[in-house]
Amino acid sequence: MEFVEKFKRMFSNVPMLGWLLGALTAVLIEYFFGYDYISYILQLPKIPVLFGTLIMLKEPMMIPSALAYDLIVYVLPILLVAKATAFATNPVAMLLEKIPLILSVILHLALFYLVLHVWAEINDYRELIVRLTMICIILTISINVINGYQGEFSCSHPGFMALGAYTCSILTLVLFVNDRMFGEALLPAWLGPWIFPFTLIAGGIVAALGSLLVAIPSFRTRGDYLAIISLAFLFIVKSAVENLQIIGGSRGMGGQPEYATLPVIFIWTILCIWIIHNFVTSIMGKALNAVRDDEAAAESMTVATRKTKMTAFMFGAFWAGIAGGLFAHVLSYINPGTFSINRLAEILAMVYFGGLNSIIGSIVGAVTINVLGEALRPLELFKWIIIPLILIFVMIFRPYGLISFKEINAKKLLRAKYKREQGA
Amino acid sequence: MSALLNVKDMTHYFGGLRAVNNYNLNIEPKQITGLIGPNGAGKTTIFNLITGVYTPTKGNIHLQGENIKGLDTNKIAAKGLGRTFQNLALWRHMNVLDHIKMAHYSQLTYGLFGSFFNTPACRRQESEIRENAYRLLELFGVDQFADQLVGNLPYGAQRRVEMARAMATNPKILFLDEPTAGMTPDELVQMIKIIRQVHETFGVAIFLIEHRMKFVMELCEFIQTLVFGEIIAEGPPEEIQNNPEVIEAYLGKEDVT
Ligand SMILES: Nc1ncnc2c1ncn2[C@@H]1O[C@H](COP(=O)(O)OP(=O)(O)OP(=O)(O)O)[C@@H](O)[C@H]1O
Ligand SMILES: [Mg+2]
Repeated sequence: MEFVEKFKRMFSNVPMLGWLLGALTAVLIEYFFGYDYISYILQLPKIPVLFGTLIMLKEPMMIPSALAYDLIVYVLPILLVAKATAFATNPVAMLLEKIPLILSVILHLALFYLVLHVWAEINDYRELIVRLTMICIILTISINVINGYQGEFSCSHPGFMALGAYTCSILTLVLFVNDRMFGEALLPAWLGPWIFPFTLIAGGIVAALGSLLVAIPSFRTRGDYLAIISLAFLFIVKSAVENLQIIGGSRGMGGQPEYATLPVIFIWTILCIWIIHNFVTSIMGKALNAVRDDEAAAESMTVATRKTKMTAFMFGAFWAGIAGGLFAHVLSYINPGTFSINRLAEILAMVYFGGLNSIIGSIVGAVTINVLGEALRPLELFKWIIIPLILIFVMIFRPYGLISFKEINAKKLLRAKYKREQGA
Repeated sequence: MSALLNVKDMTHYFGGLRAVNNYNLNIEPKQITGLIGPNGAGKTTIFNLITGVYTPTKGNIHLQGENIKGLDTNKIAAKGLGRTFQNLALWRHMNVLDHIKMAHYSQLTYGLFGSFFNTPACRRQESEIRENAYRLLELFGVDQFADQLVGNLPYGAQRRVEMARAMATNPKILFLDEPTAGMTPDELVQMIKIIRQVHETFGVAIFLIEHRMKFVMELCEFIQTLVFGEIIAEGPPEEIQNNPEVIEAYLGKEDVT
C-alpha cells in the first residue's frame, strides 16, 4: 500500500497530455520494433495481441517473455515518457486551459485516437476487438440510461439493437449493394459511406419507436413486471425476425459493406458519450433520477413523469439501435441469434459491473468485460465461471457497481498538475 | 369567484371507505389556512385530492377560476400548487442543490434538443436556475449543504430542503403536510419563523396540516377541523380553540403542546 501511495505521488504531476504522449511512444515502439526486435529477442512467435494474456494462458512457459514484453513495450515507455515530459506537458496543458474546453477536448481526443489507431493497426484481430469494444461502450452507456439513471430493469436492449441493425442493414443493402435479397443497388457505391450516418440514425429511430412497446407499460408498473414485459419484447423481436423470410429469417442477413471502420465507430462513440453526458447532467436528464428515486415527489415537483420515462426508453433505445447498425457493418453479417439472451447477459454484466448512473462506469465496465472476455478465451468454459465470479464480488462490495453515481469532469481531467512543488 | 382556490362539495371514496365527505374550501391570496383533525381523519387525502394525486369521486376544484380537477399532478403543480409530504419525499441519490434545481422543471424552455447538445440557450437557463436555487437554499438556511446527498442532513434540515424545493416550483399556494412532525421544540420555533418569512417574502398563500395546536393557533388566520372526513368546525383560531365539539373530538384525545 505504501508503495502504491509513493507511486501515486511520484506521478501526480503528470497531466492527461503526458499520459497520452507516453502511450503514443509505447504504441510507436511496438509499431516499429515490436515484431522485428522485441518479440524476436524474447522468442515470442509474434506480437502479443492483448498484452500477452492469450499466450500466457495457452503456454505457461511463455509467461516471463510475455511479461517482459509488456514491461519493455508498454509500462516503461509510458511511465518514463509521462514523467520525463511533465516539465513540458504541464505548461502546454496550462495553455490549453485558456482555450475553450471543447477545443481542448477535441485535441486530446485526436491524440487518443492516434494512439488507438496505431495500436489497433498491428493486426486485424486487435482492430476487431477495439471496434467491438467501442460498440459495447455505446450499448452499455445507453442501457445505463434506462437501467441506471431511470432505474427500470429493462431486458430489451438486444431487441432494440436488432431493430437498429436490421433497419440499417436493409437500407444500405437496398441502396448500395447488388445482392440476391434486394436486387440492384439504387445508388452508386461511393455514396455509401456518406449516407451511412443517415441509415444508422434511421435504425436508431426505428429502435426508439419500438421501445414504446416497453415504455408505455412502464407508466403503470416497474420492477419485476416490467422486467418480464421487456424480456417478452426481446423474444418478440427475435422470433419476428426469425419468421420474416424476406430479410433472411433465421439464416440471417449478410453482405453489408464494411462502413463501420475504426474512425467511424470512434466518432459515433464520442458523440454518444458527449450527448448522453449533456443529457444526464442537465435538469431535463436529472428528471430521470427524480422519477427513479420518488415518482410521486417528482410529479408534485412539476416533473412530467410519463414524458420522462418515454424519453429515457426512446433515448436509450436509439443508441442501442445505432450500436446495432454499427455492429452489422463491422461483421457484415447478422442473424437473430446475434441478439439473443446471451447478448443480454453480456450487456447487463457490463453495466452492473461498471456502475449504475455513471458514464465513466459504463466505459470501464464495457472495456473490462470485453477485454477480459477476449483475454480469457483460451480458458474456454472456465471463462464463464471467472467472469460471473468477478461480477458477484463487485456486487458484494459495491452494490451499485465499480464506479457509480459519478460523472466525467472534462475540465478537471485535462488540467495541468503542479503537485510536485507542494510535495517536495 | 375571486378566491385563489375554491373546492366545492368534494367527496372521495377509497373502495367502500368514504375518506372525505362534502368538503368545501376557499383560500384567498396570501391567506394562511390550517387543517387539523385526529389521525386518519382524511387530511392528507384532501391534500392529495386537491393536488391531483387522486381524482375526487365528486366535487369541483377551481384554481383562479380554472377547473383543475382531473389534470395530471405535474400540470396542477405547474399551475401553482407546491407541496411537502408528511413523510419526507426526497430523492435519495440526489444532492440538495439538484433537488431545488429539479423543481424548476416546468419552467424549462430549452427542450430535449437543447439538453442533448448543451446549446447556449440551455447553458444560460441552467445557470439562471442554479442561481435561483442558491438563493432559495440561503433563504431556508441550507446552502451549506448544497452538494451533499439529502440523506446526510439532519432531520430539520431535510424538512427545510423539502420546503425550499416546493417553493422552487413557484407556487401560488404552498401545501405543508405536518411541517413540524418529529421536530424538537427548538426546531419548531425555527419552523414558525421560516414559514412567516416565506409568507412575507413570496406573498404566497399557505395551507397546512398540523397536529400541534400552538403552531396552528399562532400562524393561521382560518382553521378547519376535520373528523372522519367531515368538517365539524371552521373559523378563526380563537373560535376553534373554544369550540366544544373540537375540544371533544380532537383536543380531548390528543396530546397537544
Ligand atoms: N390510497 C388509499 N387507499 C385506501 N385508503 C386510504 C388511502 N389513503 C388513505 N386511506 C385511508 O383514508 C383515511 C384517511 O387517511 P389520511 O392519510 O388522509 O389521514 P390523515 O388525516 O392524514 O391522518 P394522519 O394524521 O395520520 O396523517 C384513513 O382511514 C386511511 O387508511
Ligand atoms: Mg396525514
